[in-house]
Amino acid sequence: MTEQLPPGLALQKVDERIMTLNVGPQHPGSGHMRIIVQIDGDYIVACDPDPGYVHRGEEKMAEYRNYITNIPHLERPVIHDSCNVLYPYVLGVEELVGIEVPERAKYVRVIASELNRCIYTMYWLAIYGIFLGHSTMFMWPAGDRELLIDLMEKMSGARVTHAHFVPGGVRNDLPPNFEDVCLRQVNYFEKRIKEYSAVFYDNPILIARTKDTGILSREDAIRLGTTGSVLRASGVDYDLRKKEPYDVYEELDVHTNVMKEGDSYARSKIPWLDMLESCNIIRQALQKMPKSGSVRTKLKPNPKGKGLNSVYKRVESGRGSLGCYIVSDGKTEPYRLKLSVGSFRNLIALPYLLKGEKLGNMPSVYWSLNYWPVEADR
Amino acid sequence: MSSNSEKPDADETPKVNVPSTAKKSELPMFEKSISDKIVEKFGDKVEVTFVKEDRVGIKSGKENIHDVAEFIRDALHYDHVESVSGVDYPQNKEIEVVYHIGSYSDSSLARQILVLSTSAQREENPIPGNDATRLPTLRDIFYSVEFHEREVFEMFGVYFEGHPDNRRLLLPEDWADLPPLRKDFAIKGR
Amino acid sequence: MTPENANVFVGKLGDILERAIDKPLGYAINWGRIWSLWPVHIETACCSVEFGAASSPRYDVERFGIIEAFGSLRQCDLVVVQGTITRKMAPRLRLVYDQMPEPKYVIAMGACAITGGLYFDSYNVLPGIDGVIPVDVYVPGCPPRPETLIQGCMLLQEKIKRMKARKFV
Repeated sequence: MTEQLPPGLALQKVDERIMTLNVGPQHPGSGHMRIIVQIDGDYIVACDPDPGYVHRGEEKMAEYRNYITNIPHLERPVIHDSCNVLYPYVLGVEELVGIEVPERAKYVRVIASELNRCIYTMYWLAIYGIFLGHSTMFMWPAGDRELLIDLMEKMSGARVTHAHFVPGGVRNDLPPNFEDVCLRQVNYFEKRIKEYSAVFYDNPILIARTKDTGILSREDAIRLGTTGSVLRASGVDYDLRKKEPYDVYEELDVHTNVMKEGDSYARSKIPWLDMLESCNIIRQALQKMPKSGSVRTKLKPNPKGKGLNSVYKRVESGRGSLGCYIVSDGKTEPYRLKLSVGSFRNLIALPYLLKGEKLGNMPSVYWSLNYWPVEADR
Repeated sequence: MSSNSEKPDADETPKVNVPSTAKKSELPMFEKSISDKIVEKFGDKVEVTFVKEDRVGIKSGKENIHDVAEFIRDALHYDHVESVSGVDYPQNKEIEVVYHIGSYSDSSLARQILVLSTSAQREENPIPGNDATRLPTLRDIFYSVEFHEREVFEMFGVYFEGHPDNRRLLLPEDWADLPPLRKDFAIKGR
Repeated sequence: MTPENANVFVGKLGDILERAIDKPLGYAINWGRIWSLWPVHIETACCSVEFGAASSPRYDVERFGIIEAFGSLRQCDLVVVQGTITRKMAPRLRLVYDQMPEPKYVIAMGACAITGGLYFDSYNVLPGIDGVIPVDVYVPGCPPRPETLIQGCMLLQEKIKRMKARKFV
C-alpha cells in the first residue's frame, strides 16, 4: 500500500526547485533523530520528522517484568530526569497496589524531582547553546549542573540513573546533614543561573536568531496538544504541579511562568524561569519537610494489582506532562504499560513550526521544543 | 507525626490550599455530571466504565466513537488528546484503543482526564492495513492524535480510516514481523 | 634489468623502506594520532548525556587529547558508540563508520553497546555492536561515569601507541 512507504519516500515529489535534505541521525543539529526537510532555496517547504532511532520497546519489556523490576529500565528514557520519568509509574503502582506513602518520603520525592528538573534543563540548555554555536552556553550549564548531580549522588548513590523512587516511598533516607548542603548548593546554583541572562538571554545574537521564529499561537498550541514549556510559552497557564497537584505540591507555593509570544525565544526562556522556580520549591520543601520519620512503606514481595484495573497518573516533568497508563490484570506484571511522554506530544508541532522557516533556524526551533529523542522513542 | 512542622506553614499559603481542597470535596459529583451528560446524549450506545477521582471512563462502539468524540469536544470543551494507547485482549478477540482526553481551555476541567475507549476487531493473522482491524480516525476532531494513531497502527496493526498519514513512525523501515505490542508477539527468551 | 624484475625490485624496496622507517616514523605518527582523536557526533542513546558531561568543565576530556564532537565525519577518526544500537540505527552506524577515513577507532560505551545491557530481551535492540563494526575498547557501565569514559579513551591511546603505524602509511 502506498500508505506504508517508509518515512521520507512519500514526501518526495519531482520538482526541480524543491530539494529534499536529510538532517540526521548523524548531524550536530538533530540529535538521535532524522528530520526530512524539503527546501526551496533557503526556506523550508515541508518537514517530516522521523523518530524511532532509539525505540527500545520499553512498553513491551514492561509486560514481562514485575512492578519492582520495571523500575530500572523505565527511567532509562530520560536518564538525566530519571526521578520525574519514574514518578507517574510509581504513583500509579501505589494506587494499583493500595499503599500509603510516608509524609517525609513525599517531601524527599518533591526535592528529588525538582533537582532532576534542574539537571535536565541544564543539559537541555547546554545543548541549546551548542545548536546555536554558543559554546560558553555549553560550558556554563554543563559545569553548573554537576553541583546538583553531586546532591543527587549524595541522596541516591548514582550520578544520573538513581532508581530512587519505589512504590511506597523512596529507596533511602537522606544522608545526614543533607538539608544544609542542599540549601547551600541550591542558593549558589540560583545565583549562577541568574547570570545566564547576561550571557545568553540578553545576548543580541540569540535574540536575533530566536525572536519571532517558529511562532506557535495559543490556539494552535492547544489544538496540537503540546505540553510543558512549549504550551506555557504560548500563553496557556497549565502546570500539573498547580493544576493537579500530586504528593505535597498542594502545600507548596508553586508559581508558573507564562509568556505570550510563543516564539523560540519564549520557549527557550520558560525552562530557565522554571529552574528559578524549582529553587524556590526546593527551599520551601526543605523547610516544611518533617525532620525525621520513615521514608518507605515496605511492599510485600511480588506486589499484585487488584483485578482488571487501570490507572492513568501524570506529573509535570522537565518536558511537560508525563503520563503513565497501567492496565493490571491481577498478576505481578503489568498487563499493559504506556508512557505518554511530553517529547512525543511536542513533536507534532515541529512540521507545523518549520513550514516557511529558514533552514538555518531549524536547530533552534527544533531544540526549543524541549525535545529529548530517547524519551519520545521509548 | 509531621503535623507539628506543617501547621504554622499552612497559614502562610492559604491561596494554594483553599481552592484545591474545595475542589476535592465536590469532585465525585463533578465527574458524575460529566458522565451523565454523555449518557444523556447517547443513551445505551455508550457505557460508563468507571468514575474515579479526576478520571471518567467511557466506552463506546466503533460506530459511535466519532460522534461521541465530537460531542466531547464541542459540548464538554475537552480540547486535546494526551495519549492514545492500544491494549490487546486476545481472549476477547478485540484490540482496545484508549484515548486520554484533557482540556487546557476550560479551567474547571484542568484536573480531569476523560478516558474514551473503543475496540477494534482482532485478527489472528494480521496484515496491518489490509485486514478487519480498523477504526475511524479522530484526527479531524482532535488534531493532536496524529502521531499517536500512527504509533498505534504500527504497534498493534489498527488501521485508522481517514487518517491522512498512516505511515510507520518508530519501528525500522524493514519491520516485517507481527506488530510488536500484540500479545502473540513474544520477545527473545520469554 | 627486465621490467618484471624492476617491479619486484621496487616492491621489495618499498617493504624495506617501510620496515626501516616504521620504528622511528611510526612512533611519531602514532604520537600525532594519540593527541588528536576526533569523535564523530553520533548520539545513539542515553549515554550521550554522560558523553556530554565528559566534555564539560569538570571532566574536560580535551585535556587528554580528545576533542569535542563537532564537525564533519570525514575528518573524524573515533566513533564513540554512546549506548543502545537499535535495528533502525545499525545501518546508519555502519554507514557512518564506512564513510570515515582510515585509521579509525571505536569505543563501545555503556552496557547496551557491549551486550545489549538492560535491553537484552528487547525486540528492537542489537545484542552488542560487535556484529556491526569492530570495537577497540569497551567501556562498561549503565551509563559509564565520565571518569570511566576518560579511562577508556586513555586505554585506546595506549593501544594506538602499540599499534603498527605501517599498516596505514
